[in-house]
Amino acid sequence: MSANTAVADKYRNNFLKEIEEQVEMGDWVKMCMQCGVCSGSCPTNFQSAWEHPPQEIFMMIRAGKREEVLTTTSMWNCTSCYNCIVRCPRKLPITHIMHGIAEYAHRIGMAPKMQPTRFFSGLFWKNCTHTGRVNELKLSMGLYFKDGFVQGIKNGMAMQAVALGLVKARRLNVMELFGGHKCKDQKGIQSMLKKAYEIERSRKAARMAG
Amino acid sequence: MADIKVAAYICKGCGLGERLDTDALVKVAQKDGKVPLAKSHDFLCNADGVAMIRNDIANEGVTHVMIGACSRRAKTEAFFFPENAVARANLREGVIWIRPDTDEARETTQEMAEDYIRMGCAEVKAMTAPGGNANTGSSKTLMVVGGGVTGMTTAIEASKTGYPVVLVEKSGALGGWAGKLYKRVPVHEPYKSPMDTGVADLASQVLGDSNIKVYLNATVAKTDGAPGRFVVDIATESGATHTEDIGAIVQATGFTLYDMNKLPELGGGQSPNVVDQAGLEALATAAAAGDGVIRRPSDGQPVKSVVFVQCAGQRDTSGQHLSYCSGFCCNASIKQAMYFKDANPAVDTTIIYTDLRTPGNGEDFYRSAQEKGVVFTKGKVAQVLPNGATSTVKFHDLILDDADAAMVDVDLVVLATGQVANSGVNIEALTKPQVEGQEGEPQAAGTVEVKPISILNLTYRQGPDVPQLKQGFTDSHFICFPYETRRTGIYTAGPVRRPMDIVQAREDATGAALKAIQALENAELGRAAHPRSGDLSFPKVRLEGCTQCKRCTVECPFGAIDEDEKRFPVFNESRCRRCGTCMGACPVRVISFENYSVNTVGAQIKAVDIPDEFSEKPRILILACENDAYPALDMAGMSRNEYSAFVRIIPIRCLGSVNTIWITDALNAGYDGVMLMGCKSGDEYQCHFVKGSELGRVRMSKIDDTLKTLNLESERVRDLEVAITDIQRVPEMIDKYAAELVAVGPSPFKGF
Repeated sequence: MSANTAVADKYRNNFLKEIEEQVEMGDWVKMCMQCGVCSGSCPTNFQSAWEHPPQEIFMMIRAGKREEVLTTTSMWNCTSCYNCIVRCPRKLPITHIMHGIAEYAHRIGMAPKMQPTRFFSGLFWKNCTHTGRVNELKLSMGLYFKDGFVQGIKNGMAMQAVALGLVKARRLNVMELFGGHKCKDQKGIQSMLKKAYEIERSRKAARMAG
Repeated sequence: MADIKVAAYICKGCGLGERLDTDALVKVAQKDGKVPLAKSHDFLCNADGVAMIRNDIANEGVTHVMIGACSRRAKTEAFFFPENAVARANLREGVIWIRPDTDEARETTQEMAEDYIRMGCAEVKAMTAPGGNANTGSSKTLMVVGGGVTGMTTAIEASKTGYPVVLVEKSGALGGWAGKLYKRVPVHEPYKSPMDTGVADLASQVLGDSNIKVYLNATVAKTDGAPGRFVVDIATESGATHTEDIGAIVQATGFTLYDMNKLPELGGGQSPNVVDQAGLEALATAAAAGDGVIRRPSDGQPVKSVVFVQCAGQRDTSGQHLSYCSGFCCNASIKQAMYFKDANPAVDTTIIYTDLRTPGNGEDFYRSAQEKGVVFTKGKVAQVLPNGATSTVKFHDLILDDADAAMVDVDLVVLATGQVANSGVNIEALTKPQVEGQEGEPQAAGTVEVKPISILNLTYRQGPDVPQLKQGFTDSHFICFPYETRRTGIYTAGPVRRPMDIVQAREDATGAALKAIQALENAELGRAAHPRSGDLSFPKVRLEGCTQCKRCTVECPFGAIDEDEKRFPVFNESRCRRCGTCMGACPVRVISFENYSVNTVGAQIKAVDIPDEFSEKPRILILACENDAYPALDMAGMSRNEYSAFVRIIPIRCLGSVNTIWITDALNAGYDGVMLMGCKSGDEYQCHFVKGSELGRVRMSKIDDTLKTLNLESERVRDLEVAITDIQRVPEMIDKYAAELVAVGPSPFKGF
């Protein structure tokens, strides 16, 4: 995309149309009336923690700021508390739209790679689909070592007391590190997920085609 | 003058009998009031009490009645004696309800009541029963100026009510602004798409109504007379003049869009591809007549992208353009964006707004536009740069706080400019003396310039059109009497009065039609229009004493007084609202009403018993406007909000009717202070007579000279703004002033 066409696309509907087509619930974006209640209601946007709160994201979509929207960490901060949905005077499913945009950014490989919630989501998914059960020890250790070995050790040391307490209370089994327990029908889970992927792929292909 | 016989009646009901010595009050009426007949009654407003008064009128030859009971605002139906002069002493709301029921207070409370009885007796003797104005006209025809939606609606509504209508339209066709629209904003469920304007239907109703006479290509050449007897010359294109007898007038001259050529930075006048809302309606109408595609004016190519610029030249804080919001343009732009989207959803339509204001059910309409894909961008447009066939729109994106946001290759830009009233000549600008070097600079830029062409061509001394308030819209008492202008019997409706859309204009039209009908009916009976609706008194002038100073003719807020060739005032009673501003203005005091005059108030002032300076009983005169301050005082009584027993209150018609002689008389008589209570004046006025309180205050601002000649302190006269809601505040103001006067000390004029 040349610089000239980028300027020409600004405040045109192209990116809005892309969002409407590709993002789950994306066709709601145009209904925002820019009141800002969502941004004000968001508990994780406390002290303007979001780079771009929902109101801004909707405006950026209309303004054609594709790169900025899809690479921002903002949507990944959403904890699905649904405050914004409850309060939106236009009844936009804002939480779902936020997750929809995040999912789309992830799907096309534009989402910020090391953003903690995104990293955790991937880790969690891999962890629980592998054996059919969540291995809490491996999950938390995976998160500790997200930013490398040294940082991982530091994180582990910081949480040492908590971990020992959990072990003492028999809430954490160190032996889980070696394999860990599985669900009864691990193969069944895997094939179920495989089928689900196939269904979604064909549905998306059909939507793109038609 | 015929013999008069005064009777005084004191009521003992509502606790008056227990709280006051009514026998003493009867004696006061006889002795000090010099009333031949004085009685008390246990329950004066009941059938028996009223029958007693009626009997005295019928059999005892009583001509003047003084009732010492409740406020003059209460029991008006019981104490209704239209053939007689009636005065009321306010013993209930004005005395016992505002005083504590204690032994210590009893003496001062009784003194207060006795003074009110003296005042009532003195007032009634100076009055005569109003006989009504004889100089009336009985024309029942309504003239409507302007054949747009407002004018046509007024004509149809009046005709349906049974009144003949003369409709004058400047152009060759009915319809006005709405007639030029392709479609209008929807007014019924589901508020989703533009709908037919309905103008053709209205026009055919008007043209098919035998009760409505339509003059097209016509203007009002001259309006003479007064309500009920206007004589109007209507000039038509052919040069012929038709004369019509008219009872009342509704001016529905609408608006003109703010000239977009004054907005070159927004591309106004810089390119054919930058249009105002009228320009877009023309394009849409042309498209509908052809293939339905709206085309670029410069080269006829289909429009693929269009930007609507809201608030163009409106809500301007720089003082160069309109400072106000016209209120209709957001909905209009949404509607116009739909012209494109409904024909071809692929057209990019963007509305750049700062605050989207969609009155009525516009919110549904707004939502519908979003569903159709109209993009709403919150921003402030800085510049529109036409470049060949397209334009670049530069704006400040207010959500992303991007000052350099821009849209390029825009085919068409629509500027939502606001409504400028077609209100004719600004007579204040005409009459204001233009003194060199004074602030009266040529009307500051930003206010709407004076339009040179008069609409009504009134023969009134004060100028050819109805007065304007701000921004060129016609003046009306915005809250209480929205359609009333400052010319009795002439009403304005529609956008000439304030910016509005079609729905509001039609409501306005209906209201104005009814008010105009009321005015012509009242005029025939010689009665006043609001706020003294039904009043039969009117100003009488003793011309022998007149010095032709012209103060009354200049100051009358309603243009009721003309001048004859010798510059004597000529009163047009039917135009008069009975505020008494002329009476207050007159330096030689030759103007009076039968039941309200320099004498009726002056006699009351003199009737009060002034205790000597050693008694420690000061006396404060309160002249209270009967529209707001007096009701507030009454309601303070109803709420039992107590105030000083040293005040004596006289209701006045308006602060404008206060003649400075009253103040001088009061101070000479030994009153310690005078409080004037009137409505708020200025641009945000609440005066029921529009200018009355303002003029009254101007006069009172010069009272300091009088005080100086009397060698009195300036604290002795206090001018206060009182609203009808000041039920708590008014007693506080009174007590505060009474305390201040104690500090000033007693008046040196006591006992002379």
